[in-house]
Amino acid sequence: MELIKLTIDKKSVEVEKGTTILKAARQIGIDIPTLCYFSLGDMKIENKPGGCRICVVEVEGRRNLAPACATECMPGMVVRTNTIRVLNARRTVLELILSDHPFDCLVCAKSGNCELQDLAHKFGIREITYKGEQSTYRKDTSPSIIRDVDKCVMCRRCEMMCNDVQSVGALSAVNRGFMSVVAPAFEMNLEKSVCTYCGQCVAVCPTGALTEVDHTRQIIAALADPTKTVVVQTAPAVRAALGEEFGLEPGTLVTGQMVTALREIGFDYVFDTDFAADLTIMEEGTELLDRLGKFLGGDKSVKLPILTSCCPAWVNFFEHNFPELKDVPSTARSPQQMFGAIAKTYFADKIGVTRKDLVVVSIMPCLAKKYECSRDEFKHDNNPDVDFSISTRELAALIKQANIDFKALPAEDFDNPLGESTGASVIFGTTGGVIEAAVRTAYEVHTGKKLDKVDFEELRGLEGIRHAEIDFDGLKLNIGIAHGLGHARQLLNDVRDGKSEFHAIEIMACPGGCIGGGGQPLHHGDSSILKARQMALYREDAEKPIRKSHENPFIIKLYEEFLGKPLSEKSHHLLHTHYFDKSTKITVE
Amino acid sequence: MAKYNQHLLVCGGTGCRASHSDAIVESLNRALVERNLDGEVKVVMTGCFGFCEKGPIVKVLPDNTFYTQVTPADCDEIVAEHIYKGRKVNRLLYTNPENQEHVSDSKHMGFYRKQIRIALRNCGFIDPENIDEYIARDGYAALGKVLSSTPEQVISDLIKSGLRGRGGGGFPTGLKWQITSKVKADQKYVVCNADEGDPGAFMDRSILEGDPHSVIEAMAINGYCTSASKGLIYIRAEYPLAIARLKVALRQAREYGLLGENILGSDFSFDIEMRYGAGAFVCGEETALIHSMEGHRGEPTFKPPFPSESGYLGKPTNVNNVETYANIPVIILKGPEWFASIGSEKSKGTKVFALAGKINNVGLIEVPMGTTLREVIYEIGGGIKDGKQFKAVQTGGPSGGCLTMKHLDTPIDYDNLIAVGSMMGSGGMIVMDEDDCMVAIAKFYLEFTVEESCGKCSPCRIGNKRLHEILTKITKGEGTMEDLDNLRNLGQVIKDTALCGLGQTSPNPVLSTLDNFWDEYLEHVTEKKCRAGVCKSMLRYVIEPDACVGCTACARNCPVNAISGERKKAHEINQDICIKCGACVEKCKFNAIFVR
Amino acid sequence: MTKIKSLADLRKIKDDVQEKIRLRENADQPEKLVQIKVGMATSGIASGAKEVMNFLIEELEKRNVDAVVTQTGDMGYCFAEPTIEVILPGQEPVVFGNVNVKRADEIIEKYIKNGELVDGIIPRNYETIDNK
Repeated sequence: MELIKLTIDKKSVEVEKGTTILKAARQIGIDIPTLCYFSLGDMKIENKPGGCRICVVEVEGRRNLAPACATECMPGMVVRTNTIRVLNARRTVLELILSDHPFDCLVCAKSGNCELQDLAHKFGIREITYKGEQSTYRKDTSPSIIRDVDKCVMCRRCEMMCNDVQSVGALSAVNRGFMSVVAPAFEMNLEKSVCTYCGQCVAVCPTGALTEVDHTRQIIAALADPTKTVVVQTAPAVRAALGEEFGLEPGTLVTGQMVTALREIGFDYVFDTDFAADLTIMEEGTELLDRLGKFLGGDKSVKLPILTSCCPAWVNFFEHNFPELKDVPSTARSPQQMFGAIAKTYFADKIGVTRKDLVVVSIMPCLAKKYECSRDEFKHDNNPDVDFSISTRELAALIKQANIDFKALPAEDFDNPLGESTGASVIFGTTGGVIEAAVRTAYEVHTGKKLDKVDFEELRGLEGIRHAEIDFDGLKLNIGIAHGLGHARQLLNDVRDGKSEFHAIEIMACPGGCIGGGGQPLHHGDSSILKARQMALYREDAEKPIRKSHENPFIIKLYEEFLGKPLSEKSHHLLHTHYFDKSTKITVE
Repeated sequence: MAKYNQHLLVCGGTGCRASHSDAIVESLNRALVERNLDGEVKVVMTGCFGFCEKGPIVKVLPDNTFYTQVTPADCDEIVAEHIYKGRKVNRLLYTNPENQEHVSDSKHMGFYRKQIRIALRNCGFIDPENIDEYIARDGYAALGKVLSSTPEQVISDLIKSGLRGRGGGGFPTGLKWQITSKVKADQKYVVCNADEGDPGAFMDRSILEGDPHSVIEAMAINGYCTSASKGLIYIRAEYPLAIARLKVALRQAREYGLLGENILGSDFSFDIEMRYGAGAFVCGEETALIHSMEGHRGEPTFKPPFPSESGYLGKPTNVNNVETYANIPVIILKGPEWFASIGSEKSKGTKVFALAGKINNVGLIEVPMGTTLREVIYEIGGGIKDGKQFKAVQTGGPSGGCLTMKHLDTPIDYDNLIAVGSMMGSGGMIVMDEDDCMVAIAKFYLEFTVEESCGKCSPCRIGNKRLHEILTKITKGEGTMEDLDNLRNLGQVIKDTALCGLGQTSPNPVLSTLDNFWDEYLEHVTEKKCRAGVCKSMLRYVIEPDACVGCTACARNCPVNAISGERKKAHEINQDICIKCGACVEKCKFNAIFVR
Repeated sequence: MTKIKSLADLRKIKDDVQEKIRLRENADQPEKLVQIKVGMATSGIASGAKEVMNFLIEELEKRNVDAVVTQTGDMGYCFAEPTIEVILPGQEPVVFGNVNVKRADEIIEKYIKNGELVDGIIPRNYETIDNK
């Protein structure tokens, strides 16, 4: 390791070769403002196009100013981050960016959480010297994501996420000069593109250019309608992140407060998606064992590996990119959709409410879930199994709107029967969690033995692609895990080429899994937040009295009273799905 | 083999071809056949002669007669009189504007007298589609010489020669090669930047059209010196003729084995592929060019890493411009000392300029570095058109600066031009006279950079747009003193913060005109006056009541009915309605209408 | 096309093809070469100037004399056609009259090669032809 000495603002600092001025400065407590720069350091995700020029600094001996985010430190470098020249340049550049930005902060979804607004505040901008024409574009609304690229500052973070991290390739810079903007090819609508609605673009957008479709108004309307019974389900990753929106430390579990808040808002039943996650394990785990048994028995019509199918962005991804593999993933619906199907049949019958009068709302860390709700396969007589899906951020907004002092709320329990869950279902919210939950159940079902230890540490972590071998009492099961669609693509390529040696693969579209979902509170590039959320989920798992899905008493009861057994005809009808080839050539309007 | 006594060279550059030089070749051949002279006289289509103002050019050899503005209809006379009877066709000779005498020989023409042609040495001399003619001019001898020498020796000679990049940056070429050669990699590339984007500049096109082999040879030399086996020529698709000639040249070089495996019996193998650009100005910037070649959006990235470390497909890549390459074979053959003896202290050799604007001799010229602007404009360029007054010269393409009278004796080289607020660029040189408004000129150039910005960095994407808006405001007569302050600050910040060379230089036309023509800006802002009469919004058409006889001709011809008045009484123009079309001035027989 | 496999091959090709453009090379630096102008007005052509010109071009090359042979219009010596003007490098022009192939041969051998004067020189009564 080569060390380099340099001076920043008259302070001397020693850094590793290859360190940028920005990082060197942060090392000694000098915070150079940035806009386009973005990094989830530990996860090898970095965006430094050097485009916004907010982070410019003066380097002695250099003709022009240098972008601190992209300029590497050199031995003996003398850097000044706060000269009049630098401050004037930064201010002028920021004014330029603001001069081409709509001034509708008051009604912007990002207001209060906008990095551009923060900069304007920090720089004390009170008027824009360089006023002029503003670039305007067509607004684009999809089932999950709204693109209002009048607010795009060309930071290119979304493009980096969509291409480098997710390998989706829906977004890239188009047009030249003043009209340049990030958009799908030919500026078509997102809905027509290969977008998977993973929402990672939204998760990193510094402004309000990319936001989720807001469904809170429809929910308020449903709650206000006396003829409707409104049920809510909350995904596992939500409870590990919601607190951040109320100033709690990342990683604070707020399960009980969240339940109380939802009741206060007026939901008739507060249920847990975790219940459906346990149900998913019953179906998916059984499917795994079924396929594995046939495969090992020499049945050539059965393909392995089996791939998890809980993640709707992941489903979109393979439907677009690997349609030839659409037989490979599990046919099990995602927990959100299993919940909807059971709520609108089993539960609706139980409480004597018609399907039409039962409104199912989901709180998800995810934006693709909004799209998933709208899929035709998940509708019955045009009535969706899940009516509305809102993000963690939207829930926070709803709670704030309802004037609820979240931090002061007492903790309450979920309602039954769809509120009971096990530790296995809680970890669905993190990469590695679904497969660990499946292994806990599959092991016991397959071997007929009790697990001594339910923690499978070898399946945990934040590496992009992981694999582990689990001993099923003599049967060695090869398990692969990928999070981030770019990593998923690598495993999928192997599967397509017949080179994959895995029996089962878990895939989650977002970095970290649902804890890093596109609907979560913004992490602003702080990867320690993701880690804290992950730890929180494992903590909740550890604290649960029941930690294996097949031991959930309400699941057992559901099978007894309604479904029969896993993979039964009723299960097939309500809890499984099929996939489509979406690779059809893109047509330009 | 036919033995030709005389050669007729016809310019086959894009400009002259547009004026039917194809038909000229055809007509000449027909006339020769008619007189049974086709066995003795050979017609050759060459590259550009440079004197485009007077094109199409036909040159008769060996007596070096230089016919200008030839049409296909003139061909019969040239053959009948000059070839057959030995009498020059005087009406087609160049006329010296000073004494109105005919000049038959290009050597005695002011346009050529001060020129030294190194990069353009073969343009207008050989048939670019015939590799033999290039070989006859010592072509590929430099490659042969290099192959029997070491890369280190060649690079050291190149460094000694003092050659600097002709594409605009002026980076020492030898040094660039040295850096690329020292990087270890399994694959390296050499790239020829033929994405000539400066409006009005066409030296690269001319070289590729007139002497493609010199570039191919130099690229092979570059490949040998940097251990690259692959060359790429990035050329804009708008250059069909250059592309066609390059393709012919590449094919011929391959047929001779001068490209391909084991060139000239050595261990060195090298070949060249073409890549086409869609004509984005910013793709002349080397990192943007590489992205474009890779199939990505043509936009620059931050340097370092430099392409010599990580370029095309992440491999070390040496990018040089066409004109730079064209110099290299000669330097190898004649030696670095010879090259270094030409030019100024820090800029060696010659530079090709595209002379344009309000100048008598528009065209392509090659002069030693250190030649003064005055020599170029007045001696080679033949002075200002129509005897008007010189006002400014803009060098370096759209992002160069506007220099004025006081800079005329500046010897042209990289450093001098930067010192006076302009730059060498790729060698555009546009001359302006008293009829040009410098505010409008600055606005014109900004329009180009606004159009051509890739949009990646905020200062260039938004800043240049704002500069253009302020300039538009000033030319409309709505400018304020604050606007002038803003122009200067914004210009300087863009220069200071933009990501690439395009953005960093784009405010030059504004900053240099603010420096050199401050009074014109002031007039626009404080007096709402444009002295050149270019900014229409500021013009006022006024009827002098004493001179007006009330004939009503102006009122009847005003398209917007802005003129009122009783018959036989003085008329008046309503300034709010007037669109400044000038129709009234034309119709007034009494010179009663003035423009102020 | 045969491949060029060595520097020697390249030189050979160069020697072969150089001839094709020597005329152009020479035209670029006439002051260093022997310049010959042949009067090719109607009267000159009628009296065999063309034949003389072709002879000069071919023979000078065969005899390794670097020369530029060009035609010119009427020199004003109709009585002595065909006429030729010869300028040796750095010397004054000399005009010869009544030149036929045989006399042309003599002019090459004696005047051009050795600088000896031969019969038939016409006194110069003009500047040089081009400056007329």
